[in-house]
Amino acid sequence: MLTYGEYGGRFVPETLIPALDELEAGWRAAFADDAFHAELHDLLTRYAGRPTPLTLAERFAPGKRLYLKREDLLHTGAHKLNNALGQAVLARRLGKRRIVAETGAGQHGVATATVCARFGLECVVYMGSEDMERQRPNVQRMHLLGAEVRAVEFGTRTLKEATSEAIRDWIANVETTHYLIGSCVGPHPYPELVRELQSVIGREAREQVLAVEGRLPDAVVACVGGGSNAIGIFAGFVDDDVRLVGVEAAGAASLGGGRPAVLHGARSSVLADADGQVLDAHSISAGLDYPGVGPEHAHLRDSGRAEYVGASDEEALAAFHRLARTEGILPALEPAHALARAAELDAELVVVCLSGRGDKDLAQVT
Amino acid sequence: MKQLAVYLMCGRGTPELAEAAVDGGADLVELGFPFSDPLADGPVVRAAAERALAEGMRTEACLECLASTRERVAVPLVPMTYAALFEAYGWERLARDARTAGADSLIVADLPADERPELERVQLVAPTSTDERIRLAAERTDGWLYLVTLTGTTGARDALSPALPGLVSRARAATSVPLYAGFGISTPDQAAAAAELCDGVVVGSAALLAAEEGATALRRYVASLRSALDAGVTVG
Ligand SMILES: Cc1ncc(COP(=O)(O)O)c(C=O)c1O
Repeated sequence: MLTYGEYGGRFVPETLIPALDELEAGWRAAFADDAFHAELHDLLTRYAGRPTPLTLAERFAPGKRLYLKREDLLHTGAHKLNNALGQAVLARRLGKRRIVAETGAGQHGVATATVCARFGLECVVYMGSEDMERQRPNVQRMHLLGAEVRAVEFGTRTLKEATSEAIRDWIANVETTHYLIGSCVGPHPYPELVRELQSVIGREAREQVLAVEGRLPDAVVACVGGGSNAIGIFAGFVDDDVRLVGVEAAGAASLGGGRPAVLHGARSSVLADADGQVLDAHSISAGLDYPGVGPEHAHLRDSGRAEYVGASDEEALAAFHRLARTEGILPALEPAHALARAAELDAELVVVCLSGRGDKDLAQVT
Repeated sequence: MKQLAVYLMCGRGTPELAEAAVDGGADLVELGFPFSDPLADGPVVRAAAERALAEGMRTEACLECLASTRERVAVPLVPMTYAALFEAYGWERLARDARTAGADSLIVADLPADERPELERVQLVAPTSTDERIRLAAERTDGWLYLVTLTGTTGARDALSPALPGLVSRARAATSVPLYAGFGISTPDQAAAAAELCDGVVVGSAALLAAEEGATALRRYVASLRSALDAGVTVG
């Protein structure tokens, strides 16, 4: 059964199906339970620092009203914590004491290690050895937070392989372990669950832009790796007359250049060859260096509700430096892709999801 | 007689290896069609898939490998692969072309029994499967039911999974189709112990390692499994 038009579904070994059923039931029960929302709200405000501000970037984009939704100011430095907190609360409700996760840029790994420290859960994070090189500060942070980081030394040595290994770990330890997936990808119900947990970005942004501008933006722009910060901010505007623009890394354009294929448990738009074999993605940004994307984005693309464009490594780097010099904000390389396209967009009032901060990327940009 | 199924990865040498496996006593050969991201597979099968892909074993080439294998052996041949290959090639088309090339059934490692019931295939159940799912899989399976002996990926283990007896008794209560145990079985003793409970065993990673040493080594390895199955296990 596909979940988003012709995308989504559950293409996983039988071993995981009962766990996915259990997760879905637990998620439905939690979502219907005021106590779950109250606990999460409390964590998001008192621990994580929500709501995050909306900052006008006048010097970065003169002649426009371009606002940054400041997920870089969230505890741990990226939007990933919204999802990790929600799933940790859920895992505890399901009685799981061990957490596995994958990470690319390391931000999801850090967010997961953080919530595991906060709740006293065992934490194992899989990370490609190439990503461990280029996002070294985040590896150190995960260690300090008490997580075990397992290097994935085969295949692409990046996020794709780390995700496969995390899923294999989950298959082996499914009775005790919750798989804390980091983006709106994977088998049903993960894409939906992650979207709901990230939709707080869009709800806040909508309220904030209405409060300062008295109207909705013309466009909302976000970078797309797996697509979680984008789906989260889009969720606030999808029913409005607002352009939704996703920006992929040019060398990892699963929506711009992919084809329908199956990867990591779901059918989506994937960089794959004619035989369905998944191809390598290439991006300076470890968080966008992924050949797949959440199935809901593939559906939003096909329906025409959202548009997806690409930005090159060089364009992202230029936007990184420009934001630093004009606004005093070091963005992560992932949202720097969104900044690169947003600045030139034919739109007056724009909200960009600044999904994370750039401290982790210093070795890449200098 | 207990059935012995041997898994081999499609590749240039596979028809000859399949013949050696049958000479050694295999009753069925599973032919892996490699996929780049095989979630159900441990290191040995994954590495074999990587090598096969590097050598150009895409779907068409795998079908040719299947057809050449068919010319050399008479036992049932069952391609085992992932949904991604069917998505790309076309579900019905791949099922049809595999039959034409000599396949007797199919196994799709990441396609649970409730999906695409029209695709005739050997269904898999695992220790985590509910009784209801075991019934559904047994109803829909093509000939025999594949019992995944453990919660985990393919690959040799030190001992036969303690989850197998419970799974066998739940499956026997649900169905009278033959039950084959696979995943984690590598030694003749493990094979014999699994065959005590089931109607057949599937050996994958260990067969691939033997196949790396060549046809003679594979034949010898399969023969050691065969004689263990035929002798039965001495309990204790
Ligand atoms: C700051 C930041 N933004 C974006 C992403 C990409 O993920 P997603 O597309 O799920 O938001 C990452 C991933 O690591 C990230 O760290």
